[in-house]
Amino acid sequence: MTQLTVEDLHKRYGDHEVLKGVSLSAEAGDVITIIGSSGSGKSTFLRCINFLEQPDAGRISVAGEEIRLVPGRDGHLKVADAKQLQRLRTRLAMVFQHFNLWAHMTVLENVVEAPVHVLGVPRKQALERAMAYLDKVGISRFKDSYPAHLSGGQQQRVAIARALAMEPAVLLFDEPTSALDPELVGEVLKVMRGLAEEGRTMVVVTHEMGFAREVSSQVMFLHQGLAEESGPPAQLFGQPKSERLRQFLSGNLK
Amino acid sequence: MIEWSLFAESWPSYASGLWLTLQLTVLSLIAGLLLAIPLAVLRVSSNRWLSGPVWAYSYFFRGTPMLVQLLLMYYGLGQFEWVQAQWDAGSRFWLLFRDPYGCALITFALNTGAYTTEIIAGALRAMPHGEIEAARACGMSRFTMLRRIQLPGALRRALPAYSNEIIFMLHGTAIASTVTLVDLTGAARNAYSQFFAPFEAFIFAGLIYLAVTFALVGLFRIAERRWLAHLQPRKPLGKGA
Repeated sequence: MTQLTVEDLHKRYGDHEVLKGVSLSAEAGDVITIIGSSGSGKSTFLRCINFLEQPDAGRISVAGEEIRLVPGRDGHLKVADAKQLQRLRTRLAMVFQHFNLWAHMTVLENVVEAPVHVLGVPRKQALERAMAYLDKVGISRFKDSYPAHLSGGQQQRVAIARALAMEPAVLLFDEPTSALDPELVGEVLKVMRGLAEEGRTMVVVTHEMGFAREVSSQVMFLHQGLAEESGPPAQLFGQPKSERLRQFLSGNLK
Repeated sequence: MIEWSLFAESWPSYASGLWLTLQLTVLSLIAGLLLAIPLAVLRVSSNRWLSGPVWAYSYFFRGTPMLVQLLLMYYGLGQFEWVQAQWDAGSRFWLLFRDPYGCALITFALNTGAYTTEIIAGALRAMPHGEIEAARACGMSRFTMLRRIQLPGALRRALPAYSNEIIFMLHGTAIASTVTLVDLTGAARNAYSQFFAPFEAFIFAGLIYLAVTFALVGLFRIAERRWLAHLQPRKPLGKGA
């Protein structure tokens, strides 16, 4: 079943066109990694999927339901129904580069918050679910700590548990290891590998070429706002067709 | 030479003055805070029609002395015939403005409301953008986000600045004595004129203010330990952790 479809997404900032028509389709269990140099538009693309950025044109469907868009006064697209967007956002959980945990809540409260106050899950059930996900990411013994008292890797694992607690159709990862010290990257990637093996649908923007090559079912190489090349990792990393991808890989694979 | 009999004889009037001071402080702080929370939300709105009036209110009350505000309220309003007509008609609301207690309470509440609005608005603006994005990304409505993420975060961050505001208000209520109220300062003035011992009369009041201030500072230290734990340095993982 198709969990996420993005068709012909465009986004511009002033005169600068960041995305010039990018499409993506994720079936259940797909792990799609998006690679590309900085400025290629990969983060913007991911952030447009759940409307943290407003795309200017394109179509997005989550689990078969299309987000209804209408032209706004400024000519850009705008969400027709805020309630629908809120509902579909609960199906798209996001993990951010800078974790973005809620600082005034403990680890456990962070994970319980949205299931209780957005999905309306009974608190007791949400707590059980939260503990199970904190166990899964190996952080349950810190459940009563505040985010600021944890390392970056631990915070990111909490953020992953928070995303999982929504039981979303698709997990979106926006450079989840880019803000981490090198020695902490491994613990987060390990959790993400585990999730991929469980068959979760994931879209991952990353600079971790090892992860992209070994874990993803499909890789998309973005260059200057276009999908320059995409396909299975063996093909992209083994026989890249595009000269730019070859250059990018030679700079990133050592 | 210290006039000890002042302390012995006038302490009951100091006690009732303290009671009035505490009433004025607590009631105006509660009213001011209840006013300030919604106003702060409007104040940070990008819509000028919402933020503009709040800006004007807060600039008026922060830009003029509270004493002037109180005199304006207590003596000034009665000059208008329309207000007098409301008094004659027995309007409960407008009669509050003829009563010194009502005037003091309203003035103090509006004044602390203005300062508190700015304190909370500042804390709302200081909210890390990422936390708001995380809330949006998990499908929170704007109201849920305000109620669960923005205000709880902001009110905690506002605590140290707000504890100053509370102490300013405690001391600010001293001007209630200018509109015939016998608060702690009023009691001291009465004792002064009765005993002609200004030093004793005012040092007694000063010591009581000081004691209440220390008590408040202590309470806020406890509150900050409770609600700002997430901003404090990590305690060593010792006991049972």
